Amino acid sequence: MAEELETERHDVRDDGRRPPRAVVGSHRIEEEIFGKLFDSNIVRRIWAFVHPYRSKIYWAVAAVLCFTAMQLAIPLIIRHAIDKGMQEGSLDHGVLTGSIIVFAVAILINFAASYAQEMLVGGVAEDVLFDIRRAMFSHLQRVSLSWMDKTEVGRLMSRLQGDVNSMQEFLETSVLSVGDITLLFGIVVVMLTLDFKLGLLTLSALPVLFIVRIFWLPRARKSFMAAHETNSIANGALAEAIHGVRAVQGMDRQAVNFMLYDDKARANLTTHLRAAKFAQVMVPIVDSLTGFAMALVIVVGGARVLNQALDVGVMVAFLFYIQRFFDPIRSLTLQYSVMQRAMASGQRLTEVLDVPVDIKDAPDAKTLSADMDGSVEFKNVVFGYNPKHPVLKNVSFRVNPGETVALVGPTGSGKSSCMSLIHRFYDVQQGEVLVGGHDVRDLTQDSLGRQIAMVLQEPFLFTGTVFENIRYHKADATRDEVIEAAKAVGAHDFIMRMADGYETVLGQRGGNLSLGQRQLISFARALVADAKILVLDEATANIDSYTEMLIQKALVKLLEGRTGLVIAHRLATIREADRIIVLQNGELIESGNHRELMKNDRLYSKLYNLNYSSFDDIPDDVVEEAAVEQAT
Amino acid sequence: MSSDATVRAAKPSASLALVKAASWGKGFSILTRITVMAFRHPWQASFAIGATLVASAFQLMIPQLLGRAVDSTQVVLKGGDAGQMAQDTLLTTALMLLGASVLRGLFTLVQNYYSEAVGHHMGYRLRLACYEKIQRLSFSFHDSMHSGDLITVGLLDLEGVRMYFSTALVRMVLLTVLIGLGAYLLLSTDIVLGLLALSFVPFVGWRSSVAQLKLRATWLELQDRLSVLTRVMEENLGGTRVVRAFAAHEHELEKFDIASKNAVELAHQRVGIRVSNTSAMTLSFFIAMGLVLWVGGAKVMAGTMTVGTLTAFLTFMTILQMPVRQLGLMVNAFARASTCGARLFELLDLDIAIKDEKDAETLKVTDGTLRFENVDFAYPSSPDLKVLAGVSFEAKRGETIGIVGPPGSGKSTLAHLIPRFYDTTAGRITIDGQDIRHTTLQSLRRSIAVVQQDSFLFTTTIENNIAYGDPWAKETHIERASESAQLHNYVLGLPTGYDTVVGERGVSLSGGQRQRLSIARALMLKPAVMVFDDSTAAIDAGTESRIRSAMRKYASDRVTIIVAHRLSSLMHADRILFMEDGRIVESGTHDQLLKADGRYRALYDLQVRPGDDLGHDALTA
Repeated sequence: MAEELETERHDVRDDGRRPPRAVVGSHRIEEEIFGKLFDSNIVRRIWAFVHPYRSKIYWAVAAVLCFTAMQLAIPLIIRHAIDKGMQEGSLDHGVLTGSIIVFAVAILINFAASYAQEMLVGGVAEDVLFDIRRAMFSHLQRVSLSWMDKTEVGRLMSRLQGDVNSMQEFLETSVLSVGDITLLFGIVVVMLTLDFKLGLLTLSALPVLFIVRIFWLPRARKSFMAAHETNSIANGALAEAIHGVRAVQGMDRQAVNFMLYDDKARANLTTHLRAAKFAQVMVPIVDSLTGFAMALVIVVGGARVLNQALDVGVMVAFLFYIQRFFDPIRSLTLQYSVMQRAMASGQRLTEVLDVPVDIKDAPDAKTLSADMDGSVEFKNVVFGYNPKHPVLKNVSFRVNPGETVALVGPTGSGKSSCMSLIHRFYDVQQGEVLVGGHDVRDLTQDSLGRQIAMVLQEPFLFTGTVFENIRYHKADATRDEVIEAAKAVGAHDFIMRMADGYETVLGQRGGNLSLGQRQLISFARALVADAKILVLDEATANIDSYTEMLIQKALVKLLEGRTGLVIAHRLATIREADRIIVLQNGELIESGNHRELMKNDRLYSKLYNLNYSSFDDIPDDVVEEAAVEQAT
Repeated sequence: MSSDATVRAAKPSASLALVKAASWGKGFSILTRITVMAFRHPWQASFAIGATLVASAFQLMIPQLLGRAVDSTQVVLKGGDAGQMAQDTLLTTALMLLGASVLRGLFTLVQNYYSEAVGHHMGYRLRLACYEKIQRLSFSFHDSMHSGDLITVGLLDLEGVRMYFSTALVRMVLLTVLIGLGAYLLLSTDIVLGLLALSFVPFVGWRSSVAQLKLRATWLELQDRLSVLTRVMEENLGGTRVVRAFAAHEHELEKFDIASKNAVELAHQRVGIRVSNTSAMTLSFFIAMGLVLWVGGAKVMAGTMTVGTLTAFLTFMTILQMPVRQLGLMVNAFARASTCGARLFELLDLDIAIKDEKDAETLKVTDGTLRFENVDFAYPSSPDLKVLAGVSFEAKRGETIGIVGPPGSGKSTLAHLIPRFYDTTAGRITIDGQDIRHTTLQSLRRSIAVVQQDSFLFTTTIENNIAYGDPWAKETHIERASESAQLHNYVLGLPTGYDTVVGERGVSLSGGQRQRLSIARALMLKPAVMVFDDSTAAIDAGTESRIRSAMRKYASDRVTIIVAHRLSSLMHADRILFMEDGRIVESGTHDQLLKADGRYRALYDLQVRPGDDLGHDALTA
């Protein structure tokens, strides 16, 4: 459909030029929406989440059955009242009154049962939904970073939302479909019992509807899917226009975009009209079948009533049942899709829940206490994200308590990996990493994390107030501690200039602050944490010299009295370090303070003498040149 | 992000959110406007409404036919020889019933299809109108508007307006006919029994309206709470490293639990509202039915009513039950359309601040001279704060102007005035003597390229991204621009080359690569003025110098303006303007400014040897 429109458009636009290299909006290919109908393994996994609420579910099923029974009983009571209680001219109101009392009881039970059933099912479905989501969320806090690195956040979010929601829908409708099945069977049984022949005749309409639905469903579903898809395409294009509006206007693309968007909106229109046709075509079919069944009852049943072979009340009851018995078929065929969708979602949910947790506390893991010495040591460490391609090759060094060490080296030399290993984001393949004299694998991750404060290159702030962000690591920090930290790193002034000071709510990821400001807040955050060891990845670029100056001062403050390991890019930082470790291709090639290394006349001095203000400014080829020169 | 953006983002305007509580009068005029829009598709709308009338008439025939059928079976009991006649009546009644059912079905199809069709056509038009408006609204509007709110207007509010015809208007016709005509038929048959049969209608109508409005209000609240939960999860997953670095997963789980508990509580509450109301409605319906059965039964016994009429009454009630429950949906649809319409129309009716003047002329670039003449500027959101004050300078074709200064000094703002992203508050900007406010936006913006600091890439191929401003460009042009921006080799190294999809959902590029891509994109426009708004900050100095030399051959054809805080990016400029608090405080070549020993000199010392105390002192002094 969409393609047809595209080509049509291109013809219209045919002015000798070929179609533009232009699209609006992007379209992610949707994940498999329908799985197989039933997968016992997935059902078992999901059942585990329902299990805590099973007694509620049992009660709900009981209530559903009760409710269904009353649905079946009400026409029967009416029938009884008509046939037995309304003899014209009779003065005995006993049977009618009795029927009315039974009717009253029935509707009260019906009321209670429907209330109980929906409350229980609705409530449990919500609870299970949140339990599944929490289990996944909690699991994601533990799975390995390398798995997280290669998994898109958007994809995970669609697991946590879309897939979990379709499980909820499934749960809710499955209990109700127990009622539908019972109702369907109940109606069949009651009709056949009331009058076998008439029942059989009337029920002949049922398979017709069933067959029609079977043919209709896959086609209709396809059209619904198409409508859904074109809708999300058009919406995506609108969102893009909003987010990219400055670029669009800057390059004057409005006219082309409007034309392209028109295609998408039009495809959306046509698919929706088609889907509406499919949805509505069932209405006259069901109505006709209902009319047909009622006509049958009137002609055949009516004739038998005339011959007094059938009570008129039975005929009335039949007419009532006919009005009801197409409903369960409709919901049951819909349930089919719900179930397939749930299986596909369940599959994806279990995949997430089954991602192994690589890094766990050892059973006898020790707590790293705050009075450890704060030393860090790498002993013959070999490590690679892919074990075949080690990023660190037999690296050994020691950082003494209170010492500041700068890690220096070209991109890909293994600096960041060193940093990750200290915190045990990953486990080494060979050798060991010691913190405070203990192998990090022998320590609990929590206690290790508490003694190491990390500042990442891209300062990640959370939505929330400045205050909350600064005390992120230490939730019980007082206001004074926070302000003191902010003052120490020089962030206090600009924080106070913001509308609500420390109570200013930062936008998503601190969007309303400049990079330098975010950096300073993340410094304050690390300072509040007050850990023995500070691991810092210096920001590379994008900071103006004015903020830069503040940051340099803050850094000195931050390193005071701490063991510091800094991935340094700024010459100023590097020169002030107690010791510099130069890494290249995963190997430690030089170590010493600035003066010593300058004397060494190797890679460091070569790079330094190139007179760049930051090591990152040095073009790759120049670094390579220097490295080659040094190797020879 | 520039500090200008910081100021602006800190003051989100609530312009579109203000219309939460629309008055009745306003609500009515909005609904009228939507109705008029619906009837812009006169045939489809009339079909829908006509079919509704016919379908409900047929539907109302059904109980009567059933009653007649039941009665004709009772004939024999009364008087002997009418048996054959009764048989005939049964047959004709059955056929009429079949006919009525089929016709009701067909007309309902027409009703539903055309009312949806009207909605979809309205949706189509509104979408286009919305898209066009959003594309054309000027920067100051977009600065003041949270993009999420704008998306809500374009998606959800539009949906509320689109659904109005089928869920509010047509349903109103349907319900009026069914309930009104049904009530008339019932009451005219038997006033007492009719009243009993209808007794549930007011109660159910009231309950369902209350429930629906409450459900909608709580739904909106639930969406808010869920979005908090979404944000908690998204930030947690996006910031995994921070969470782990601070061993904060306990804290994060706590955040999750609080957000989650907030949402689940409300979700439970909503289940409660829904269930208690539907149960009460069903109960009231059945109570009415019981009463009809009781009183009607007594009447049958007394001989004042036939079983058939009683059956007709009971079926009438079953037919009325569903539509009456829908009263609430209808009330809700009206309420929704009026609030959604208020927001949507406010957007569509907005005046575009920056647009072509009536007699705007095409910009004619001859000498290629850009002039700022005493330009003042303040952002519309804070008109008292002058971001630029009395800025004047001239740049001739072939010249490069460097602009430098502390954060918040107005450098980026100055750059944004040239393509009229904003209009000056005083003074004027001219290109070859033409005031840019008197030229067409299209011709102006095609002559000026701004490479933004944080450039937005579109989720499409690299090729399409480069050709964004010139979609009909030849491949060779694209590659040449890419080469000049030092991007070509990188692209060739990608497995799918220029067909690689980048942007939000594509391959993620580093900051430097993004900037180089947006430079290539700007080069495609062959502009008369090219502005680099701090757009090389993430590019290493070596690559930057190669970009600079590649562009030297174009530079003679245009004015180049470089805004940067890294001096190496603009030291080579023909003239450097040092800005502070919105004014040009120093101006000259690099050497002149160094000799002048002022602010520029201080910055230079700071950058070249940042460790030296000398730099600090000079700058802070």
